[in-house]
Amino acid sequence: MNIGLTLVGQTIAFIVFVMFCMKYVWPPIMVALDERKKRIADGLAEAERGFKQQALAERDAEHKIAQAKQQANDILSQAQKRANEIVEIAKTDAVEEGDRIKEAAHAEVEKEVHRATEELRTRVSVIAVAGAERILKKEIDAGTHRDILEELATQI
Amino acid sequence: MASTLTPSQYIQHHLTNWTYGRHPDGQWGFAHNAQEVADMGFWSIHGDSWLWSFSLGAAFLFVFHRAARTMTADTPGSLQNFVEWVVDFINDNVRGSFSAKNDVVAPLALTVFVWVLLMNLMDLVPVDWIPWLAGQFGQTVLGMDPHHVYFKVVPTTDLNVTAGLALAVFVLMLYYSVKIKGVGGFLAELSFQPFGKWGLPANLLLEGISLISKPVSLALRLFGNLYAGEMIFILIALLYSGGIVWGTLGGFLQLGWAIFHILIILLQAFIFMVLTIVYLDMAHQKH
Repeated sequence: MNIGLTLVGQTIAFIVFVMFCMKYVWPPIMVALDERKKRIADGLAEAERGFKQQALAERDAEHKIAQAKQQANDILSQAQKRANEIVEIAKTDAVEEGDRIKEAAHAEVEKEVHRATEELRTRVSVIAVAGAERILKKEIDAGTHRDILEELATQI
Repeated sequence: MASTLTPSQYIQHHLTNWTYGRHPDGQWGFAHNAQEVADMGFWSIHGDSWLWSFSLGAAFLFVFHRAARTMTADTPGSLQNFVEWVVDFINDNVRGSFSAKNDVVAPLALTVFVWVLLMNLMDLVPVDWIPWLAGQFGQTVLGMDPHHVYFKVVPTTDLNVTAGLALAVFVLMLYYSVKIKGVGGFLAELSFQPFGKWGLPANLLLEGISLISKPVSLALRLFGNLYAGEMIFILIALLYSGGIVWGTLGGFLQLGWAIFHILIILLQAFIFMVLTIVYLDMAHQKH
């Protein structure tokens, strides 16, 4: 075991190897590794952004749903109100109509009564005249005794 | 092979590198035994260390370069996934212990870790397999005596290899120290700490030792751990020549030691990388 030229040769070989490694082996590997590192970092950032956007969209959607619900409620209550109004109007209309019909009926009845009274009166006057004729056995001049007949008729 | 060698010869054989160098008489050639290797001194090259360390380093760069070329930020394939896993692990460690900005440190750490790990992993190949193949090759193709074919498989059990790595790290440490702090700043760091300017000689001594000890400990730690591990594998392998009972025991021992050794292999590669990062970080620190 003695130190010899091998030592010098080894030193030179080592330096050559290191230089080769430094030029052709290390840099491409590092470039690729760095690029992959960057890609992974980018991907993670992208995912992060995606998550944030999703959260944002969810919040947006919730907001919209709440708005829609509110609107629906508004519409519903409006419709309710409107329906109540319509019912109310219909009621008053119906009552008015009823009143009118009632009044008309009243007027009719009144008219009928009046007519019937008139008729009855004339008939009674006729009967009275006839009765009187029979009682007096003589013809009473309807023209001359009109006053009496009329008086009778009003008395009936 | 152990049957034809004494145990000490067997161990010696396993611890000798396949060496090409200058013989004392000035001739260049392969060493035929450990004595010749020792006689060659500095002017020698360990062919086996070279072959394995260079092949493993090249294999690492080939695979990682292939993955890097077809790298995509989309869903990764299995190779890319594996490479990314390793690179991420290194990158985390560098970011954890290196505070300055320097594009060299991370690729350096990656190279150190994977290369040392691969070299250490050769320790798990049973100690006789590849040397035996090399012996057969030497005998049949080159017509050599197989006992003279030396072939160590684990480059990190060769002090030259670990010291070579540590030396490169040391050079980088000095380079960045001077680059960041300037020559004056670096010398001041060595001279005026920890005792102030009146304790200059003591400072220089302490700081100098601490500076030198960094690459030395780096080299020796890795070498020592792997050398010891290899040695135990060799000792266990000796049991195979002792008959069926010893052989069976050796099998279990080898299995157990290999499983435990996985930890050491990983740990030493990791420690080497972390210390490299830390030393370079210290070189970047201004006081």
